[in-house]
Amino acid sequence: MTKRNLLMTIAFILVAVLIPVFIKAPYQMHILILVIIWAIIGTSWNLLGGYAGQVSFGHAAFFGVGAYAAGLLTFHYGISPWWGMLLGPVAAAVVSLPIGVICFRLRGPYFALAMLALGEIFRIVFLNIEAVTNGAKGILIMPEITSKMIYYYIALGALGLTLAVTYLIVNSKIGYYLVSIREDQDAATSLGIPTTLYKNLALIPSAFFTGLAGAFYTNYVAFIDPNIVFNLTNVSVMVILVVMLGGVATTWGPTVGAGIYILLGEVFRTTLGSANVLIFGVLVCVIILFVPNGIVGELSMLKQLVSRRKASVSGGI
Amino acid sequence: MSFFECKKITKKFGGLTAVSELCFEVEKGKIFGIIGPNGSGKTTVFNMVSRFFPLTDGEIYFKGKRIDQLPAHKICDIGIGRTFQVVKPLRRLTVRENIMAGAFLRTGNIGQARHKAEEIIDFCGLQKFTNIEAKSLPIPLRKRLEIARALATDPELLLLDETCAGLNPKESEAAIALIRRIRDTGVTIIIIEHIMKVMMGISDKILAINFGKEIAMGKPQEVANHPEVIKAYLGDAYA
Repeated sequence: MTKRNLLMTIAFILVAVLIPVFIKAPYQMHILILVIIWAIIGTSWNLLGGYAGQVSFGHAAFFGVGAYAAGLLTFHYGISPWWGMLLGPVAAAVVSLPIGVICFRLRGPYFALAMLALGEIFRIVFLNIEAVTNGAKGILIMPEITSKMIYYYIALGALGLTLAVTYLIVNSKIGYYLVSIREDQDAATSLGIPTTLYKNLALIPSAFFTGLAGAFYTNYVAFIDPNIVFNLTNVSVMVILVVMLGGVATTWGPTVGAGIYILLGEVFRTTLGSANVLIFGVLVCVIILFVPNGIVGELSMLKQLVSRRKASVSGGI
Repeated sequence: MSFFECKKITKKFGGLTAVSELCFEVEKGKIFGIIGPNGSGKTTVFNMVSRFFPLTDGEIYFKGKRIDQLPAHKICDIGIGRTFQVVKPLRRLTVRENIMAGAFLRTGNIGQARHKAEEIIDFCGLQKFTNIEAKSLPIPLRKRLEIARALATDPELLLLDETCAGLNPKESEAAIALIRRIRDTGVTIIIIEHIMKVMMGISDKILAINFGKEIAMGKPQEVANHPEVIKAYLGDAYA
């Protein structure tokens, strides 16, 4: 890590830790917590979709498994859903194993489609095995903690862990191998890289931390049903938009993307009512056209744009 | 036991026999050339050796061990590196990172991989381009990068697929010099090439194939004067 990056990281941590001192209103805290949840999912997705280039349209599967792991603990056994924060990620990682073995036989768009189907399969299965999951009635839990600030710090801790682990993976041999696989799978094979194994090494932590976000979501929101946590558009596709907006295959991209996306989402929802999704369609087009590498990915280009504008202004004077 | 040996290797794509009962041996430390007209099955031979395609029939031995059952990524691990005719650079990685990706096969340490990459960059004369992304390199340098990346995996046998195709005479001279330097470090080379001048100059032994079958094998001059080879390249009138 360069000195500048280290300083930026410390500054970010300080700001994140100190925010609750200044922002106390429950609504604002709620938005911040949502941002963190999405940052965790985005960062996890980015490891598989961004670095390893295996675009998953089914991350809701892992999110939902994590959420239900926490919910079912309480529903069936009366165990505190906080234990789900341990069980959820493990369950999601275990679920990801056979999925990886099967789906990584497919490449590119075929993999994406298989994952899309997978997320839907999970949703439909969880809707229908009512004896286990309580079906569409969902699971309601009684939260033990009501202070938003505590949730905020727990979520922040989870995000910190996700970012740290992702950073370590990406900046190791595994990271180089994942990027090699993304850039050219045949070339990677010719360099002796066991591509399926390494794709799984990206999928497992990716599923693990998505499951962590899911388990936290259950604890925080206190109600889940399959149509919420296994949702195709509001989870699987949304995470892709979050990462695209922030910057694919960048450390901070998903976090930045989550911040902007959630804030924009709130603004549009309060001003445009049910037409708010239209704006996201436009947003996607704008991203693809003007910042294809996301905000963090195009940072140097954006900086240049700003400085050029300044230069032209001063030149005009 | 020879260093590398193919015994009656055959590859059929449906009804088309791309390579048919091809046999050849390669001696350690030598440059072995494979020539043949377009579509004669040269690259298919490489794809079979590097296990990108499964064999329909036949056996391949490397250092006395049978290798035609191994998974594709193991081939590099046991010491057979390859380049691609249609170059496959890791586009958005720099030249150094491309080569590091190869070097990681023998080390898990980033510092060591980087050090190894620097050595290879010096060896291949890519110093000026170390930090340039592979996608912005011109073709001659991409071809050189392919070789560099394969070298980083410490191969004992290197498969070069048309490394000089599309290069101007000066560039291909540089490529030949590089291939010779690689051979001088003790690496055995199998090379596919169209350009006869290149092949005549550097090969110790040449195999000529057409329609997937051997038509001649031997010293470069013998093969070049072989009537079957002339017929395959220039037509019946010249044979």
